[in-house]
Amino acid sequence: MKNIIPFLIVVFMTSSTIAQTINVCKTCPISTLKGAINQAKDFDTIIVKKGSYKEHNILINKPLTIIGKGYPVIDGELKGEIITITANNVTVDGLFIINVGTSYTEDYAAVRVRRSKNFVIQNLVLEKLFFGIYIEKSRDGKIFHNKIIGDAVEEYNSGNGIQLWYSKNIEIEHNFVQHVRDGIYLEFSDFCTIKNNVSSLNVRYGLHFMFSNDDIYQDNTFDNNGAGVAVMFSKRIKMHNNIFKKNWGTASYGMLLKEINDAEIIGNSFEDNTIGINIEGSNRIIYKHNNFSNNGWAIKIKGACYTNTFTKNNFLYNSFDIAYNSKVNDNTFDKNYWSNYTGYDLDKDGTGDVPYRPVKLFSYIVNRTPETIILLRSMFIDIIDFSEKVSPVFTPDNLLDNEPQIKKMTW
Amino acid sequence: MVTIENLHKKFGKNQVLSGLNLTINEGGIFAVLGPNGSGKTTLIKSVLGMVIPDQGNITVLGENIKKNSEYRHKIDYLPQIANFPSNLKVKELIKMIKDLRAFTNAEVQLIDLFKLEPFLDKKLGTLSGGTKQKVNLVLAFMFDSPLIILDEPTTGLDPISLIRLKDLIQKEKAKGKTILITSHIMSFVEEVSDEIVFLLEGKIYFKGSIQELKTKTNQPDFEHAIASILTDNHA
Amino acid sequence: MLKILKYSFYDLMRSRWSYVYFAFYLLLGVVLLFLNNDLSKAVITLMNVIIVLVPLIGTIFGVMYYYNSKEFTELLLAQPLKRSSIFLGQYLGVALSLSMSLILGLGLPFVCYGLFESSAIWDFSLLLITGTFLTLIFTALAFNIAMSNENKIKGFGYAILLWLFLAVIYDGLFLMTLIMFEDYPLDKLSLIGTMLNPIDLSRTLILLKLDISALLGYTGAVFKQFFGTSFGLIVSFVTLIIWVVLPVLRIVYKSKKKDF
Repeated sequence: MKNIIPFLIVVFMTSSTIAQTINVCKTCPISTLKGAINQAKDFDTIIVKKGSYKEHNILINKPLTIIGKGYPVIDGELKGEIITITANNVTVDGLFIINVGTSYTEDYAAVRVRRSKNFVIQNLVLEKLFFGIYIEKSRDGKIFHNKIIGDAVEEYNSGNGIQLWYSKNIEIEHNFVQHVRDGIYLEFSDFCTIKNNVSSLNVRYGLHFMFSNDDIYQDNTFDNNGAGVAVMFSKRIKMHNNIFKKNWGTASYGMLLKEINDAEIIGNSFEDNTIGINIEGSNRIIYKHNNFSNNGWAIKIKGACYTNTFTKNNFLYNSFDIAYNSKVNDNTFDKNYWSNYTGYDLDKDGTGDVPYRPVKLFSYIVNRTPETIILLRSMFIDIIDFSEKVSPVFTPDNLLDNEPQIKKMTW
Repeated sequence: MVTIENLHKKFGKNQVLSGLNLTINEGGIFAVLGPNGSGKTTLIKSVLGMVIPDQGNITVLGENIKKNSEYRHKIDYLPQIANFPSNLKVKELIKMIKDLRAFTNAEVQLIDLFKLEPFLDKKLGTLSGGTKQKVNLVLAFMFDSPLIILDEPTTGLDPISLIRLKDLIQKEKAKGKTILITSHIMSFVEEVSDEIVFLLEGKIYFKGSIQELKTKTNQPDFEHAIASILTDNHA
Repeated sequence: MLKILKYSFYDLMRSRWSYVYFAFYLLLGVVLLFLNNDLSKAVITLMNVIIVLVPLIGTIFGVMYYYNSKEFTELLLAQPLKRSSIFLGQYLGVALSLSMSLILGLGLPFVCYGLFESSAIWDFSLLLITGTFLTLIFTALAFNIAMSNENKIKGFGYAILLWLFLAVIYDGLFLMTLIMFEDYPLDKLSLIGTMLNPIDLSRTLILLKLDISALLGYTGAVFKQFFGTSFGLIVSFVTLIIWVVLPVLRIVYKSKKKDF
């Protein structure tokens, strides 16, 4: 309390004595956002009234609060970048920004934040964009409740919805991103939180990490993207309670892990993906309490994955539970529920008396000759799978769940 | 009534009928005889359209039977082995055949004649061979058709039923019908038939009355006459 | 034909075997649903049952019915009825009574379980439709075999062989072919291979529902078009109909030529 009173006084003083409010509208003395910024002093508030403003290259180089009333349209007329923020403590709120210019040499964005701290970007609607919100070498910002709807078709000529580059401590929450290249993209960005976002129908990834460490993403939904989430060359990422669904196609994954160490994947749900999780060169990852249901492959493990543990996950009605392409296994599968388990539990302790082998011979055959997928669930395939189960020749001998659960688990 | 011209039929390599010609006039009882494999059943089945001839023409009551099924309205047929769908009751079978062919009331008398009353509610699968044959007879005689074909009608019948059958045949003959019979029981044939048709190696060997046959073969009785044909031809 | 169909149908509906068949499916449905309490799993198990057992039962039952009703057929042949209607009537009688046992036997427990409120209703309907198609196809094939073989034992033998071939051996050969020619583009070949076997075709139809995620993992353009659009569903159904029509046409053709 002692600290708050002087703080309030300062706030009161600044707002009453220094900070002013500037109105922008078509019939006002100031009819452009650029004009308003020019006139404004530090910590002023600019209120943009409803209307259409054809402006681009708007530079915000002082700490300002810009608020749109009734979603005024800022139309960049495809001429280039629209808003660039280079000062600290800037808030942009409630604008409808359209028509960002497309370029093959420069990454034009609807809103760019460069080398700034403490920014807030919220309640924006972005359409017809190249890049959406681009955060560059900035920190301690908030990207909250924005709606980004692109019209991307190809990867090479489209941009990302929200992009972080060399940034730290950014909170990305409650955003809605659709039809761009990567919904949310983090490169060299650490200690960020990505929470409660919906990222769908994107050309490439719903969420993409590159060389970013110690980030956390949770309670997000990734639906119908080229691939749900790609996590590459990153460390200590926490992935909790996200939903990955309907990522369908030849190179489609709910989640793609590549060179990832020490991550936690807990409480996520993977539904109807061609591949639930595709794992390459990733070590010491904990997979726990995840639901894998109706995926083509729940988990596909490709080479050089060591000391990963899969415990207490539900594997439900996947065409293949685990695909594994080496004969050596150093990963642990324990206490999972497998709907394909056909064993019994005579001592009624809730754990199957016979170990479960999650890797089927047929998954090897499909890996080698993909067209054979058409024979899935054929009686002949069941017979050869059964014989492999009885005496493993192609699948790792020790890849088994010694304590398969009898009932589906809930947490 | 029935005209058969140049009828040929081969089953695999076995030539059963080879150029058979036969005319059966209206009225009277004709017995088709011959050793085993001489083509009796094939001949009858050809007339019924159950066997498709390789060559030749058959007309029944002026209609060519090829690709035709309507002419069978004018034929009553008693098949050789009486085996019916075992889940049906006798009553239902009779009703069904009536449903398939035409309405008639004649079965009431026939059921009475063969004392089938107690079996009407029994399933066909539970009946004895003789009873089945009686049901078979009812089915064959209940439609008032001008041509009746009986394939081994006496099989399994007790003496009383046999007498009744004979009466029945005579009664139908009196109505001016044409009746075609095959049988191995020579006494039965001798008793009922007006004319016999003897088949041998797929052709008509003899056609005429029993008296004519006896004269031709110089044998005092019918059975010997038949036997002499066979021995002469196989010697 | 309808009259024959009616009588064959009634005849079969009263036979012990129809009840056994019906009871089997009823029991299966009840066990799968009420003891297991897992609709998705039940649908998968049912699929395995349907693509293996339905053809087997259709074949055996078809052959058995044909041979058992031979004398009755002869009785009918002497009646003023068209040959094709006699055989089509009997065929439909068998096929429909089997289909009905299947649909009712499986349908009742599912309806009791509250299928209509469940999202699995489409998967389940597809299963029943496929099962019905398989019944129609394999009963027709069985009639073909029986009509071409006077010898019962031979007929049964061929029927079992046909089933074994289409249910198991065909897939083995198919798999070996695919692996042998793996260096060539195979997606057309594999689709054609599927079309040529009604069991594989039905299986694929069900895969379209149950395993679409896995099927879309394959790169071939033809595959993609087939599985990714309704094209696959339409082609599969059309081919299934062809698979019913061809053997039925042969029944008609054969019935006109056959001696009794």
